[in-house]
Amino acid sequence: MDGSKFDDALTGEQKIRNFNINFGPQHPAAHGVLRLVLELDGEIVERCDPHIGLLHRGTEKLMESRTYLQNLPYFDRLDYVAPMNQEHAWCLAIERLTETEVPRRAQLIRVLYSEIGRILSHILNVTTQAMDVGALTPPLWGFEEREKLMVFYERACGARLHAAYFRPGGVHQDLPDALIDDIEEWAIEFPRVIDDIDGLLTENRIFKQRNADIGVVTEKDIQDWGYSGVMVRGSGLAWDLRRAQPYECYDEFDFQIPVGKNGDCYDRYLVRMEEMRQSVSIIRQAIVKLREATGDVMARGKMTPPTRGDMKTSMESLIHHFKLYTEGFHVPAGEVYAAVEAPKGEFGVYLVADGTNKPYRAKLRAPGFAHLQSMDYVAKGHQLADVAAIIGTMDVVFGEIDR
Amino acid sequence: MTVETMTASAMNELGAHISAKRPDCVLSYEVVRDELTVNVALGSLHGLIEWLKTDSTCQFNTLVDITAVDYPGRARRFDVVYHFLSMYQNHRIRLKAEVREEDMVPSIHDIHPAANWFEREVFDMFGILFSGHPDLRRLLTDYGFRGYPLRKDFPTTGYTEVRYDEVQKRVVYEPVSLVQEYRQFDFMSPWEGAKYVLPGDEKGDEEGKA
Repeated sequence: MDGSKFDDALTGEQKIRNFNINFGPQHPAAHGVLRLVLELDGEIVERCDPHIGLLHRGTEKLMESRTYLQNLPYFDRLDYVAPMNQEHAWCLAIERLTETEVPRRAQLIRVLYSEIGRILSHILNVTTQAMDVGALTPPLWGFEEREKLMVFYERACGARLHAAYFRPGGVHQDLPDALIDDIEEWAIEFPRVIDDIDGLLTENRIFKQRNADIGVVTEKDIQDWGYSGVMVRGSGLAWDLRRAQPYECYDEFDFQIPVGKNGDCYDRYLVRMEEMRQSVSIIRQAIVKLREATGDVMARGKMTPPTRGDMKTSMESLIHHFKLYTEGFHVPAGEVYAAVEAPKGEFGVYLVADGTNKPYRAKLRAPGFAHLQSMDYVAKGHQLADVAAIIGTMDVVFGEIDR
Repeated sequence: MTVETMTASAMNELGAHISAKRPDCVLSYEVVRDELTVNVALGSLHGLIEWLKTDSTCQFNTLVDITAVDYPGRARRFDVVYHFLSMYQNHRIRLKAEVREEDMVPSIHDIHPAANWFEREVFDMFGILFSGHPDLRRLLTDYGFRGYPLRKDFPTTGYTEVRYDEVQKRVVYEPVSLVQEYRQFDFMSPWEGAKYVLPGDEKGDEEGKA
């Protein structure tokens, strides 16, 4: 009985053909507005065509008609899960062109908040990816911690998400001592929460079945598809821009780079969990250093506003303040590519300046963009349900992919 | 494992190595702020990128980014800019090729599969065509979008706007109508290189000339 005897029943309509479905744009596992056109053979994905751009806001075009300072808040709206890490790249690009030295305290604050951003992003990714594969509790526990971190954001700059806190030349305002104490207290408490989530997921057999051996990435794939961040480290390459091409003052921090062995979704989950622990360690080191490093948090000069007191008493400072927030500062002509190790991978800014107060061209290089385009390659041959797991592990956020 | 970032001298060495090995491809190279930029002729782009990937000193296996910059005043209007990274050698390179509006740029998706979407984006935003690209569709803009938004002659507001029409019960496209002029401020100081004449200054200028 091989089925061949029933061909009399095969009319035109009954012939087996591949099935095309639309996954998204409004699908909870699509992590935003991703539309996947999937061609399925039974439950097996034959072809996967991601349609992106549904959140395209023309950030790069808008940036060309705004001053350097006005452009900064756009970076919060790229990867809105870890806003300050994006701002960091923009500030670094400007500082490199203008050859500005950032004061030490500002550097430490930047490291501190970049790591908070990394934890914000990894919590969201790990827990929602777990939700995509069937777990409900992890996001509930994880979001409680994110809430606390966003309160730290709020206490530093007044906004929970769209911070605009890192400024060219430093950070906008100094941190109060009480906030530093509270962050430290949180950093002591937080590893217990990671252990809790760890206990829920790491040895959970459903979670393992859904993630182990799914979306395996080899060393060659990494090169071919321009992967960065956890997508690289999950496959055993200890590549981290914080270590390989240190920016800010990351070279004086003591941290490990976790790597995976198999390059599958499960290993990337483990890498993210360990990276959070390393970030907590960096946060605690930064706090110790911050207590010693007193001083200004802005390189005072053309690019940065005068202190409030100066502005109220000195005419020159008042003029400078007015000019800075209307005309903005001029950046010398040139081009620069500045990259940071954002939670999702290498986030880069290619900035072409023409000597005026507005960028001539700014290209935002988002890690998720490179990851998502390999969707067809990675998802091919997997089950439909694995697509959700792969999207989750690639850590796509549409703010940065669509720009 | 701490790998020191390449200093300017090391980048210069790398630039010299590339231009010595591929003198036919490299028009010029420069190292500014520890970044190596190589200007390439459009015709030799594909070969050079392939060579950069395989050469043991370079090993630029990772494509970081492809983008373009529009200079409407130039005859060869666009700069197509490639960024590559070598995770093994820990260095970066930037390739630039000048492209006329009607030129076809060779696609490099056969060397770096990651180029696929980057080239689609450049096509979408600048209208630069890539020859040999398997699937050169628009990527980021709306289905049925017309024009190339990142060209300097494309207005920031665009040409069409969308709204939901209550009568037709669907989203309709209409020409943009602005309630106020799009605000483009001129920040050039009248003392330094402003192109216009301040009101009242015409007289003074004529007197100055006379």
